[in-house]
Amino acid sequence: MKIEDLLKQTSEWMKGTGLHSDIVVSSRIRLARNLAKFPFSHWSSKKGKLQSLAIIKGAIENCPYLKKSTYIQIHDLNDLDKRFLVERHLMSMEHAVKQDSKALVFDDKEIVAIMINEEDHLRIQVMQSGFNLTEAWRLVNRIDTELSKNLGYAYSPKWGYLTACPTNVGTGLRASVMLHLPALVMTKQINRVLSVVSKLGIAIRGFYGEGTEAQGNFFQLSNQVTLGRAEDDLIDNLERIINQIVAREERARKMMLSSNREALNDRIWRAYGTLKSAYIITSAETIDLLSVIRLGVDLGIIKDIDRKLVNELFILTQPAHLQKIEARVLSATERDVKRAALIRRKIGGR
Amino acid sequence: MLCDICGKNEATVHLTEIVNGEMTKMHLCEECAKKKGAEMEEHFGLSDLLAGLADLDIKLQPKLEREVKCPNCGLTYQDFKKIGRLGCGQCYSAFDKFLTPLIKRIHGSTQHAGKIPVKVPKLAKAVKSAKAADQLQALRAKLQRAIELEEFEEAAKIRDKIRSLEKKKR
Repeated sequence: MKIEDLLKQTSEWMKGTGLHSDIVVSSRIRLARNLAKFPFSHWSSKKGKLQSLAIIKGAIENCPYLKKSTYIQIHDLNDLDKRFLVERHLMSMEHAVKQDSKALVFDDKEIVAIMINEEDHLRIQVMQSGFNLTEAWRLVNRIDTELSKNLGYAYSPKWGYLTACPTNVGTGLRASVMLHLPALVMTKQINRVLSVVSKLGIAIRGFYGEGTEAQGNFFQLSNQVTLGRAEDDLIDNLERIINQIVAREERARKMMLSSNREALNDRIWRAYGTLKSAYIITSAETIDLLSVIRLGVDLGIIKDIDRKLVNELFILTQPAHLQKIEARVLSATERDVKRAALIRRKIGGR
Repeated sequence: MLCDICGKNEATVHLTEIVNGEMTKMHLCEECAKKKGAEMEEHFGLSDLLAGLADLDIKLQPKLEREVKCPNCGLTYQDFKKIGRLGCGQCYSAFDKFLTPLIKRIHGSTQHAGKIPVKVPKLAKAVKSAKAADQLQALRAKLQRAIELEEFEEAAKIRDKIRSLEKKKR
């Protein structure tokens, strides 16, 4: 599969299906693993990295769950392609820098993505649409078990799976959930909710994960503890907290519908009007407006757009995606124009 | 003496910076020192945080940190403090003494209780016995969380489990 082919499809996790998918956009589980016989990637020689890369590649080729996957060497990609893959959440921003001996594997549905020689030798990720950590865990667990049959993992009975950074040691598991919380933000309850959540050992990040700000009312919540508890225990704990937040967002949405319908309508239809008519629009403004539209769709106020289209627009209006669609590099001003044109076409049909 | 940055106020903060082995001394007033402090905070990555956490528990001499080395990959503990990452799997045993309090602060535990790789069934027994000891600890933590989340039915169930385990011990 070529990178360009990705443009023709909607990633599985973007489809807007699944449990509570009005509030929970996607669920993700990531496992960090290292080979016992080699130093961790950042401390390894070039030769060592190439060797570990080759061994891992071999194990992946023999894995029955990864038969329909694409293998890419990061140094074969240009900047645009790398940014494109980051925008699709198939790899992290860190994986795009210092590219020697790094590779990426992803399946045709974009559910599974494996980074080789990022911070750890292996970072196996599974994404699902909506609130479905259980299914994501089931799949990533099976892939990990299969791969471990052909790879000698760095592991100790005391510390568990050994990782480059002690913050990941033990289960090496990061379970995260992308939430859309416009009502909690608009009713000014979000800070209270997030501060309680962070006291319970949950990390909160923005749309692109580590080091990013919260944009478009999107919040990524994940576990911080990875050692001392079993995997399903960690996932269970996160699920309980997410359920509570989902309930709060639902209550806030109901409240907005009943107490100040006119203000809500105004906000939503103004956003709709702008997106349908603008000729120049930045990605920051787009994300903010699409967030309001998404709320409007969820509440049944906007009836001629479905959630899948809104999710797609979030991705397609990003810088690298726009340039891939146009098949050339665009300046910021050109992008703002093309972005507006794309949105007008998709929403208004103009 | 006057502040090096603004040249206006009296210098009350004396800062010594060592960057890439070169030492520079600065004399700042309180205002400029605060601003510089905020600047430095932006550069603080996880490595500094970890290093800070580590030092809270063990006062190591810099010489000793340079001497403690992983026999497999050559990383010194001082390297770890700088980079924030370990060098290889064996670093965990090489630096066990120093990592234990640090990891305890991060995760609240120093014993793995999760999945075991398929190739090591012999180790499963060792983990199981360690697991039993930590089970009570884990249940108590679970109870605390259930109470925080106001899930009292769940909390009651966990409390009963703890009681029966404690009875068994006696």
